[in-house]
This record gives sequence, C-alpha cells and structure tokens, in this order.
Amino acid sequence: MNLDHLLPAAIVLSSLLPGAFIFVLKEESHVLRGVLNMTGAIVKLLLVGVMIWGVFNGHVYETRLTLAPGLDLVLNADALSVLFVTLSTVLWLVTTIYAIGYLERSPNRSRFFGFFSLCVSATIGVALAGNLLTFVIFYEILTLATYPLVAHRGTPEATRGAKIYLAYTMGGGALLLVGAIWLQVLSGPADFVQGGFLSGLQPEVWGQLVAIFFLLLAGLGVKAALFPFHGWLPQSMVAPAPVSALLHAVAVVKAGAFGIVRVVYDVYGVGFADALGLLTPLGIIASITILYGSIMALTQDGLKKRLAYSTVSQVSYIALGASILGPIATIGGVVHLVHQGIMKITLFFCAGNYAETLGVYKVSEMDGVGRRMPWTTLAFSIGALGMIGIPPIAGFVSKWYLGLGAVAADAHWVLLILAASSLLNAAYFLPILYRAWFRPPPETWPKEHHYPGRFETMGALFWPPLITAALCLVAGLFAAAPFSPLEWARLIAQREYGL
Amino acid sequence: MGVIDWLALAVIVPLIGALAVTALPSRVRGLGLFAACATAVIALRVTLEVWQAALLRSDLGGWGAPLGLALQADGLSAALLAMTALVGLAISISATGYFRNDDQSRHFWPLWLLLWAALNGLLLAADLFNLYVTLELVGLTAAALGALTGTRAAVAANLRYLLVGLLGSISYLLGVALLYTAYGTLDMTLLAEAMQPGPVSGSALVLMVGGLALKAAIFPLHFWLPPAHANAPAPVSAVLSALVVKAAFYLILRLWLDVFAPVVTPVASDLLGILGALAVLWGSWRALRAERLKLLAAYSTVAQIGYLCLFFPLLQATPEGTPRDDLMAALVLMALTHGFAKAGLFLAAGLVQQSAGHDRIADLGGTAQHLPATTFTIALAGTALIGLPPSGSFIGKWFLLSSAVATGQWWWIPVIMAGTLLAAAYVFRVLGRAFNLEPTPRVFVTQARTEVPALLLALTSVAVLGLVASPLWRLLGLEGGP
Repeated sequence: MNLDHLLPAAIVLSSLLPGAFIFVLKEESHVLRGVLNMTGAIVKLLLVGVMIWGVFNGHVYETRLTLAPGLDLVLNADALSVLFVTLSTVLWLVTTIYAIGYLERSPNRSRFFGFFSLCVSATIGVALAGNLLTFVIFYEILTLATYPLVAHRGTPEATRGAKIYLAYTMGGGALLLVGAIWLQVLSGPADFVQGGFLSGLQPEVWGQLVAIFFLLLAGLGVKAALFPFHGWLPQSMVAPAPVSALLHAVAVVKAGAFGIVRVVYDVYGVGFADALGLLTPLGIIASITILYGSIMALTQDGLKKRLAYSTVSQVSYIALGASILGPIATIGGVVHLVHQGIMKITLFFCAGNYAETLGVYKVSEMDGVGRRMPWTTLAFSIGALGMIGIPPIAGFVSKWYLGLGAVAADAHWVLLILAASSLLNAAYFLPILYRAWFRPPPETWPKEHHYPGRFETMGALFWPPLITAALCLVAGLFAAAPFSPLEWARLIAQREYGL
Repeated sequence: MGVIDWLALAVIVPLIGALAVTALPSRVRGLGLFAACATAVIALRVTLEVWQAALLRSDLGGWGAPLGLALQADGLSAALLAMTALVGLAISISATGYFRNDDQSRHFWPLWLLLWAALNGLLLAADLFNLYVTLELVGLTAAALGALTGTRAAVAANLRYLLVGLLGSISYLLGVALLYTAYGTLDMTLLAEAMQPGPVSGSALVLMVGGLALKAAIFPLHFWLPPAHANAPAPVSAVLSALVVKAAFYLILRLWLDVFAPVVTPVASDLLGILGALAVLWGSWRALRAERLKLLAAYSTVAQIGYLCLFFPLLQATPEGTPRDDLMAALVLMALTHGFAKAGLFLAAGLVQQSAGHDRIADLGGTAQHLPATTFTIALAGTALIGLPPSGSFIGKWFLLSSAVATGQWWWIPVIMAGTLLAAAYVFRVLGRAFNLEPTPRVFVTQARTEVPALLLALTSVAVLGLVASPLWRLLGLEGGP
C-alpha cells in the first residue's frame, strides 16, 4: 500500500494529537506529559527524515481534503516546504527539552504544552500548505495558538503584550484573507506552483494583481515584523523564554517571512512579480526594516528587547533575498530562513539561561557573565558573531549569497545595506560580548540559583543552546556538504528557476 | 417513504413527551431526556431520508393540497432539523445538570419539549397557515421559557418579547390573509408557482417579512433580544439564540427565495443587506461594550443574524449556477455554525455564572481559570463567532467575500472584516481574563454532564462544520456535493 499521500498529514498530526491529549492531562502528570511531548517530537523528526529523502529523489507527497466544493485543504511537500518543516521540527525538539526544564515548577503546564504543540502543528501546516486557502487556515490557527503562550504568565504586562500581539496579527490576518480571496476570484482555485500561476492572466487585471500583492504583503508583513507592522514583536517579549525563542526563530515571525517567499515565488513567480514592478517596493521595505531594526536594537538595554529588534532586522534579509531577481539572491534569502532560525534561537536560549540562573535581564547587568557561565556565553557568542556575519558561522553564508546575488542582478545598493547592517549588528552585539568576557563579574548576581549537578545551570537548559550553536557552526563550516541548508536552498532555487 | 411517517413523528413525539412530563412530574428528568433522545433520533432519520430522496412530503389525513395538513422536508428544512436535533439533545443533557432544583425542572421540560415540537413543525410545515400556528406556538413557549428564572428583569424582558412576538405574528398573518385572498391557496409550492408581482403580493411580502424580521431580531428590530436572551436560564438562552431566532430566519429565507422569488426586487434585497451590515457593526460593537457575558453572547447573535442578511443582495446579483449554489450553501453553513457555537457559548456562560455567582466579564478571571473545559468551550465557540479557521463560518465567510468580489459589491467587504475584528475583540476580551495569577486547575473537566455537551457543541462548530462541509451541498441538492 502506498502511504505517500498521508505523510504530510501525519507530520502535522504528530504534534497535534499529543497536544490534544496534553490539554486534558492533570497538572501533576509530569512524566506522561514529557513522554507525549518527546514522542511527538521524535516521531515528527523521523517522518520528516523520510520526507527529505523522498523529496530529494523527486517523490510527491500530497494530502488533499475537500472542505467544501472548490475549497481544498492541500498539504504538499516541495523543496521549500521541506526546508521550513525540517527547521521547525529540529528546533521544536530542542525547544521542548528546554521548555520542560525552564517551566519546571511553574503553573499551568498542561495548558502551556498543549498550546505549544498546537503552535508547532500550525507552523508545520503553514510550511506544508499547498495553496493559499490552506496557508491562510494554518496562518490564522498559528495566531490563535500563540496568543495563550504570550499571555501565559498571566501578569498584567503579559496580557497587555498578548493583546497587542493579537491586535496586530488579527488585523494582518484580515488583510491576508481579503487578498487571498480576491486572488482566488481572479485565478480560480489554484495550488502553489514553482514559477507562479498568475502570469497567464489577462493584462486588464494586472492592476488588481498589484493591489492584491500589497494586501498580501501587509498581511504577511505583520507576522514577519516588516516596518511599520513590527510594533507587536518587542511587546511580546513578556512571554517565557522558550516561547520567545520559538516565536522569533521558527513560528510566528518565520511564518510571515516564509509566506512572503511563497507569494513571490510560487504565486506570482519572481519573474512576473518583477514585470509587475513589485520587487523594488518589497526590497525597499525590507531594507528600511533591516536598518530600522538594527538602529532600534542599539538603544535597548533589555537583552530580550535588543534581540527582538535584531529579529525585526534579520528576518527582513529573507524578504530582501526574495526581492532580488536571480537564483543566487534566492539562495541567500531562502537559506537565511534556516540560518537566522538557528542563530536566533541560540541567543534566546542563552538569554533565558541568564535570566533563570542569575536573574540577569539587562545588557548592563551582563558584566562578567562569561566567567560564571562560560558555556552559555560561548553559545551566545557564536550566535552573535554569526548574526554579524563573521565566517565561518552560518550568518556569513547568507550574507555572502545575498551580496553575490545583488551584484549579479546589478542591484549594488543592496551591498550598502548589507554593509551598514553588519556594522550596526556589530555595534549592538560586540559590546555585549565585551562585557560578558572582559568585564569583572559583580559581587552578587541579581537572583542566583544553584542547580545540583556539574553544569553551570540546569541540564535541560544547558544543552539546548550548545546544540543549536553547534548547528550554526556546522551549517557554516559544511555549507557545501549534501543536505546542508545551503545545498537545499540551491535545490530550491534550481527548481524555482527551472535550471 | 416507508410505512412509518417520520415527518409526523418528528412533531408528535416531542409533543407526547411534553404531555408525559406534565403528567408524571416526579420522573420529569428521565422522561424528558428520553423524549429528547427519541426526537433527535427521529429528526436525524428524516435528514437521512432527505439525503437519499431529496424531498419528502406527507399529507396527514389524506386530504392533499391545497386543503390538507401537509408536512414537507427538503434539504434546507432537513439541515436545520438536524441542527435542532443535535443542539437540542446537547441542551437537554446539559439541562439535566443545570436545573438542580426540581421546581425549575418541572417547568422547563414540558415547555422545552413543546417548543421543540413547534420548531420541528415549523421546519416541516408546507403551507403558510400551519407555519403561522407553529410560529405562534414557538413564540409563546419561548417567552414562557425565557421568564423561567422569575426575576423581575427576566419577566419584564420576556413580556416584551411576547408582545413583540405577537405583533410579528399578526403582521405575518395579515400577509397570509392577503395571499389567500389573491391566490386561493396557502401551500408554498402552489403559491410559488402562481406568484405574480403586484401590489397585493408586494404588500404581503412586506407584512410577512416585516413581522418575521421582528422575530428574527433583524436590525433595527432587535431591541427586545438582548435583555430577553441574557436574562433567561442558560439552557434556555441557548435554545432561544441558537434555534428560535434561526427558525424565524429560516422562514424569511423560504419566503424570499421560494415563494416570493418573482416579487423580490434588487432594492429590497439591498435593503436587507444594509440592515444586515448595520446589525453586524452595531451588534458587534454592543457586544464589545457589554459588561456581562450573557449580554455579550446575546448581542453577538444580533451581529450574526446580520451576516446572514448580507447574503440576500449577493444572492440577488448572482445568476443560477455554481456560484449561487455555493453562496446558498454558505448561508446555511453559517446559520448552522452559529447555532452550534452560540448554544455552546451560552451553556458555557451558564456554567461560569453558576460557578462564580455572576457573569460580569471584568471579574471572571478566577472562574475561567478554574473551569478549563468551559473556558475552552468559550474559546472554540468564539473562534466560530469570529469566523476564524477551521470553523464553518470561516468557510461561509470565504464564499461570502468571494461573492462580494465577484459581483463587484465590494462595499460589503469592509463591513465583514470590521465585524470580524470586532468579534475578535469581544471574544478575546473574555478569554484574556483566563490568563491570570490564579492557581492552576487540577483537572480539565469538573462537571462532565454540563461541561461536555457544551464542549461538543463548540467543537462541532469549529472542527466538524469547517472541515467537512461538502455533504451540506448534497443535502441541499446543490451542485458540487460529493
């Protein structure tokens, strides 16, 4: 029996079903909850492994469910979705371990892990969505599933942050919905196709297509934190560290950026989008966001806030890559989807470790943390240097390909943006590293915890940042190896441009 | 049809049930629940027969049209009959736990079963006079049920509801009389064939739809609904909002699309659409400002009826064919989704109210935290009310918006989106309270008999109606079904 058509659904369900069980678990059932979480994460990883191998060899995996006549829920594995699915699955596994450690002894864990699983399932759904309807469905479920995670702490700041998050994302969702429906009226029901499916439409409707593009871009830009829709992201920093980590690296922000990539490549087609004159505005918005986020990050003293503005800036590299016509820039943008994810999650794990172990929340309190927590600070340094673009860490590879792509497309101004942004990255990350490694530690830390065992912090918090930091190095060092993110991005670009 | 007349049974069984619980008040719960189960099974059986045969008709007493007492079920009535059956059953189970006091139980069950019989009668009636009788019966029993708590506010609100209902019925009856004078029959099928545009038909349309609009709480005739629904006991509020209002709307739909099709003008349809738009905005706004959970739910019903009215101008502008079929099915889908979601929401609100002793939204925090399953119900029902995926109303709105784009009536789009965002705001105003510093609840479900039916209702509106909507197309006899 051929089960290929069930594989995408199984990958979504592997976190959805454990999540549903976790909701109804008693709060005290630590062990069962942990087992459900880890089983889901590992099963998903195995299924994704099968899918990577299959897609590489040209297999087609498609789950199709008719919701109503003309409205199909399609989950489809192409090279681009596999990239995002793999990123989400690997980082979900690591974050689950981290979250189990981080939330030990804190209240409402059944609720937390239930929504956590739902959030990941929605992200996977976004990744595997085979048409705009499916994309919108999972995109909205993601909005809903993330709200309880941001509000989780239940403090007034948390509910306020969650409210702001919701206001932005609901507004964005409404624009996206209108855009998607308008598009479907013009094009009829259509699945995502490499190279897009709109270029065959009559020139009379091209004006409408431009309007639709900006509706979609605004809807997706809210989650991707494009300027001026980024306001919710720093506010949602009130969430627990594992949520911030997942939100910034994989789930919400990345779903928006991924959506922009989808729309440019597989709805409009990058060539057709260029012909409609859509790429230049996209590039300008992305560039403004890159510089704006970096400048804002400079002035933040809260560590998580600084990282949040850095996310605003870094995620727009992905949109920037999509806005430059040519396969090399495409590689740079798409690979940054992965690279930004692993680097940013490392940084957030470390920020969480400082907060949990030492009570350090601000950059100004970080003097000498490198002596007290060398391993965590090492991981943090790798992530930070990668963000700046120092070889051989993953971030360098992204910037290199973006730069090459810009030159190939004669868009030399992009080089200026990249240079300015890298300088700004250095300006807000290097002082942290200097403080951490070279300043003397204070007499006492704000709120220090001593954990039993030989590590500088709890084991479940200790390993995740080291693992993801190692991934940042591996992705950079072995960028040319088969199945590396870069090679996979190359495969995507080849298929996208029909090379 | 076989030997058994399922259509007649769908009306007679709840009626017998009502008599039985009145005769044997000591066994009111058991008998009532048994009658509810039997009624639900029969109604689902009718739906199944319509699924297979498309149209059922039964002439009681063998007189035949145009004289006799005819019952008829097509896809539209079968869909609503099934919704009434499932929602009614869930409400019945939940009511056995909600009314702990025997006195309230003894009053609730006979009236509720009588109302159910009248609802089934209304959905199955084939002629306008029977419709009048059932409509009147629905109005009377609904007002009596609404006043069950006996508080001054409840009695006042439901007395007003009763009077409004009577006014609506009289207006409807005048229209029926006009039609009978002009055409000499009250059978809907025969009338639809004979219908000619003209002053008499036009006046009849205005009188009948006007009267029904009052009962269906179409803006600006909704004024009676919020106090009546908010002050009733929770299972009754669920019946009123999910089923009773929907019955009046069903009748408008029937008249508008079937009986009066040649008489209806684009201007009239636009007028209904504009009223619907105002209802969406006004109802959602008032729900956002409501201080009590049940009042919020009641205003949200006003808004949801508004969405249903938005379909009329779009149906008018869409020629026969697949797009019109899709629109029709989307309309029914939204009505069904609202029925399930709103019943779930009211039942949940009742549990919150019982547990906290009040339903002031600002002070609900601890209660919401202590009742995880009920909070979940509110969240799921809220998802359906906002129209977010994967609920049935998301599918409904998708077709609604598509049609607004396709017919060029783009001005409805901002209204729909504004209503959606307002709904999100009022739903999350409640849900936001569930996140607080109260201690963690130990178990998910605390009182299964009342919490589980509400949860299942809300879950149906979100996960069933939104994910497998296609069978509805086939039940309604439209193109595109499986």
